[in-house]
Amino acid sequence: MKRRPFTLYTMMALGYAFLYLPIVSVIVFSFSGSERATTWGGFSLQWYGALMRNEQILEAVQRSLTIAAISATAAVALGTASGLALSRFGRFPGRGILSLMNSAPMVMPDVMLGLSSLLLFVGVQQLFGWPERGMTTITLAHITLTACYVTVVVRSRMTSMDASLEEAAMDLGAKPWRVFFVITLPLIAPALLAGWLLAFTLSLDDLVIASFTSGPGSTTLPMLVYSKVKIGVTPEINALTTIIVLLVAIGVSVAGVLMHRRERKLARLRD
Amino acid sequence: MLWMALFFLVPFLIVLKISFAQGLFGQVPPYTPLIETGADGAASLRLHASNYAALLSDPLYIAAYLKSLLFASVSTLFCLLLGYPIAYGIARAPRVLRLLLLVLVILPFWTSSLLRTYALIGLLRANGLISQALAWTGLIEPGEAVLHTDLAVYIGITYNYLPFMILPLAATLVRLDFTLLEAAADLGAKPWQAFARVTLPLSIPGIIAGTLLVFIPAVGEFVIPDVLGGPDALTIGRVLWTEFFTNRDWPLSAAIAIAMLLLIVLPTLLFEYVENRRVAREARS
Repeated sequence: MKRRPFTLYTMMALGYAFLYLPIVSVIVFSFSGSERATTWGGFSLQWYGALMRNEQILEAVQRSLTIAAISATAAVALGTASGLALSRFGRFPGRGILSLMNSAPMVMPDVMLGLSSLLLFVGVQQLFGWPERGMTTITLAHITLTACYVTVVVRSRMTSMDASLEEAAMDLGAKPWRVFFVITLPLIAPALLAGWLLAFTLSLDDLVIASFTSGPGSTTLPMLVYSKVKIGVTPEINALTTIIVLLVAIGVSVAGVLMHRRERKLARLRD
Repeated sequence: MLWMALFFLVPFLIVLKISFAQGLFGQVPPYTPLIETGADGAASLRLHASNYAALLSDPLYIAAYLKSLLFASVSTLFCLLLGYPIAYGIARAPRVLRLLLLVLVILPFWTSSLLRTYALIGLLRANGLISQALAWTGLIEPGEAVLHTDLAVYIGITYNYLPFMILPLAATLVRLDFTLLEAAADLGAKPWQAFARVTLPLSIPGIIAGTLLVFIPAVGEFVIPDVLGGPDALTIGRVLWTEFFTNRDWPLSAAIAIAMLLLIVLPTLLFEYVENRRVAREARS
């Protein structure tokens, strides 16, 4: 057992290097003064300036953030309902179908989901004259996709949680909605937050479904990046990636520190 | 719940319906209606199987399916080979370090996959780091680029899906009882023997979960083969995209989607069913 760790550590180091090499290289080149995205031309912040002046990118960022925030919020509401139904209501008619419908969009390729959502929207629009293809349809499609992930998160939290608290409240005469808001909701709050963040990221990241369901004037950030990559890479994308990586790293560190503090506090309470 | 039925089940049925229609060009929606009302007012059902016939007769589509399966299986294997040691190391690390290592695996996943794929382009160019490293090991000629080859697609998919392999593996390996390894060592097993006969069999559930998580989405992958692969890296996702956006043939894209579902999801369900039966049988004996 004593000699093995060395090989193991080498392989782990290689794996982590592989995970971070592309990101690090993008960050490095975002500070390059060169016109080309992959040659070093001395330290410069010019691409950050160009990014701030690029209306097209800023608009797409804003649009993507709006869609992600709305769909994540709606997905949490829907996902909580399905997660609750699947973990608490026992066997009810349609349970099997609901469970299947929940796992299917996660397994299914994006192209399939995008295509089917679009065909639905076209059909509905023919019938009712609504919705116009654009931000609305992208948001609706994203809610469908992300609600599944929220359901999984909520459901696993609910099944690992003790149901006796809810039963006790019910025995003491609390009405179901009161039990839900006073007991269940606070208990599953961490799962809801995790689900919201997951949904937000998934929506922000999605290129394929957004491309199928978008209309004129509703280009999201991934769609814009994709079209730019096709034409030829612009170094502004490097700057944009760096900012996103930085924000994610800060977010994760803050969450990590908060979790660590909470755990320490809980440990102290237990002593 | 109604939402899922409305936005998932119904669209699926629509795709199924349209896959039996015929393409019409220059019209919205660009396909024929399935139910036609004749002159006498009687409705008749028109099912066209021509889209499915096209899928079977044109070697392009079959080649794309095979290419998708090839990309997905090779990349899944890469993920397993690269991810296993990492997952093992995470599982054996002390608690605080384990959490940090896990976060480090997930962190790239929180940034856009498109941006990460884009980040790979620079490294896969002729003078990029990965190309140079591979040239140094003699796998490719010096000055040659990995970009726009099948190898680039393997690297891209492996890079994007590696966390999906590591997480279930690490979850399984954490629960592994390491006293079993000590017992194996006491009984005279060499480390590799203990690994092959104790660790590996016990981590099979994690391997299966990780493989499914990587393999299934990889088959339908569009972005990575499109950005990193060459023109011959035609996967089924790319073919569907082209039929839809460039050729505007909606019924044919719907048929491709249905066929993809039959080819990927059915075998997976079958596999899971067989595997569950096997586990149940072992539990009984």
